[in-house]
Amino acid sequence: MSDLKQTPLHALHVALGAKMVPFAGYDMPVQFPLGVMKEHLHTRTKAGLFDVSHMGQVIVRGATYEAAAMGLETLIPVDVLGLGENRQRYGFFTNEDGGIEDDLMLANRGNHVFVVVNAACKDADIAHMKSALAPDVVVTEITDRALLALQGPAAETVLATLDLRAADMRFMDVATLDLNGVDAWVSRSGYTGEDGYEISVPMDSAEPLARALLDHPDVEPIGLGARDSLRLEAGLCLYGHDIDDTTTPVEAGLTWAIQKVRRVGDDRAGGFPGADQILHQIEDGVTRKRVGLLPEGRAPMREGVPLFDAEDSEEPIGTITSGSFGPTVGGPVAMGYVPTEYAKTGTTLYGELRGKRMPVTVAKLPFTPANFKR
Amino acid sequence: MKYTEEHEWLRAEGDAYVVGITEHATTQLGDLVFVELPEVGTTVAKDDEIVVIESVKAASDIMAPVDGEITEVNEALAADPSLANSDPLGDGWFFKIKPSDASQLDGLMDEAAYTALIG
Repeated sequence: MSDLKQTPLHALHVALGAKMVPFAGYDMPVQFPLGVMKEHLHTRTKAGLFDVSHMGQVIVRGATYEAAAMGLETLIPVDVLGLGENRQRYGFFTNEDGGIEDDLMLANRGNHVFVVVNAACKDADIAHMKSALAPDVVVTEITDRALLALQGPAAETVLATLDLRAADMRFMDVATLDLNGVDAWVSRSGYTGEDGYEISVPMDSAEPLARALLDHPDVEPIGLGARDSLRLEAGLCLYGHDIDDTTTPVEAGLTWAIQKVRRVGDDRAGGFPGADQILHQIEDGVTRKRVGLLPEGRAPMREGVPLFDAEDSEEPIGTITSGSFGPTVGGPVAMGYVPTEYAKTGTTLYGELRGKRMPVTVAKLPFTPANFKR
Repeated sequence: MKYTEEHEWLRAEGDAYVVGITEHATTQLGDLVFVELPEVGTTVAKDDEIVVIESVKAASDIMAPVDGEITEVNEALAADPSLANSDPLGDGWFFKIKPSDASQLDGLMDEAAYTALIG
C-alpha cells in the first residue's frame, strides 16, 4: 500500500472524509461521506468536483502544430491536423490488429497538441509516442500539474464566478483561464454526459482552487464510484473494460470518432496502425458490436456476466463489459459485446446471474440524454 | 441484541430472531440497490449464503447466523434496499429466523464484544 502514489488533492480528500482505494497505482477517493448514489444525483442536478490528477497530461510539440499533428496521425485514426485552434477531440491509439491501445482527448493549443490519457496506460502511451515520433516531435509528460473536473448543469455558473470567460466556451472548446490567479488549461468536456469542464492547474494551486470551487453551495466532491456510474449511464467506454487491445473502434461503436478524411478514398486515408482492418470494417461491417443493455428487475449485471440468446441455450453469445446500478435511470444498466445479429435495439437476451438466466434488453446508448452546451 | 462477525445483528422477537446488518456494515457497503431475500419456510444452516445484497459498486452475501427456519422476510426492503442504509437497526431488517438449536446463540457476540471488534 505504501508505494501508492498520491495526487496533489490527497490531503483534501482525506480531510473531507473520503473512503480511499487503490486505483491505477494511486490512492484515490472512491466515495465521500455523501455516498455514491447522492454524489451521482448531485452531479446530474448541480455540480460535482472530481480529482482526475492520476490521468496522464502530455504535451506533443513539433516545429509547428501541423508537424505534431501529422506525427500523431500516424498513431491515431482521427483528424488531428484539421482540429481547429482551441478545440478538443476524442481519439484512441490503435494497434496493428485494429485494437485499441488506449483512448484519449486531444486539444489544439496553438503551437502544440495537449493530450490527456488514462492513468493505467500513461507510461505505455508516452513510451509509444516517444519511440514513434522522435526526433522531430517532442513528447513531454506534464508531472507538475493537477487535473480537476467540474461537471454538471451548474458547472458553468460556478466556474464563471472565477473567470467570466468560462461561460463563453462551447462543448469541446479549450482556453487558458485565470482561476484564482493561476493559468488554468480548461476544456469544456468531461466523462459524465453532463456539461462541464476539465481544468489543469499547477500542483500547488490545486487545493486552493478545489476549496474555492467547493465553497460554492452547488458543488460537492465526487469519488470514483459515481464517476463510473455517471460515465456508464452516459454510454461512455471505460478503457480495459468496454474497449481494449482486442476490440476495434468499429466494434466498439466509435466509428464517429474517425473523421471522413482518414477513411477510404479521402485525402489522409489510413496511415495508422491497423488501418486495413479498421477501414475494411467501416466499409463492410463487423460481426460483433458494443451495445447498451437494460437488465429487467433491480439486480445489477456486472462485468463478466455471460449473455445468452435464450433461457436454455448452452453457449454464451457475448459478455457484459461494464454494469452497475444507474442512479438516474433508477435501475441496473450495462454495456457489452454481442454478435451483430443480436445488436438491434429491443432484442431480448439473457444474462446469467448466480446460476439464473435473467432477461436483459438491448437498449440505445446513452441511457441518460447528454447535456452538453453545443 | 446479539452480533455476528459478519456484521449481522439479531434481536429476539417471540421464539424467533429478527436479523439485519449493522450500521458499520452498511457504511462499508455503501448505498444498497438490490436485495434478494430467501423464501419464507426455507430451512437453512448456519453460514449458508441466504441473502444477496448489491451496492452500487459490488455484490456480497449475507449468511444464516444460526441453523433454523425463515419465518418472515422484509418485502419492503426488497422494494427499497436503501432502507438498510437509512435505518439499519429498524425498518432495514432482512429476515426473521426461528433457531433449531438455541445453543448456537451462545456463540454470538454481545454489544460490547461487537463494538470492540469493529474498533
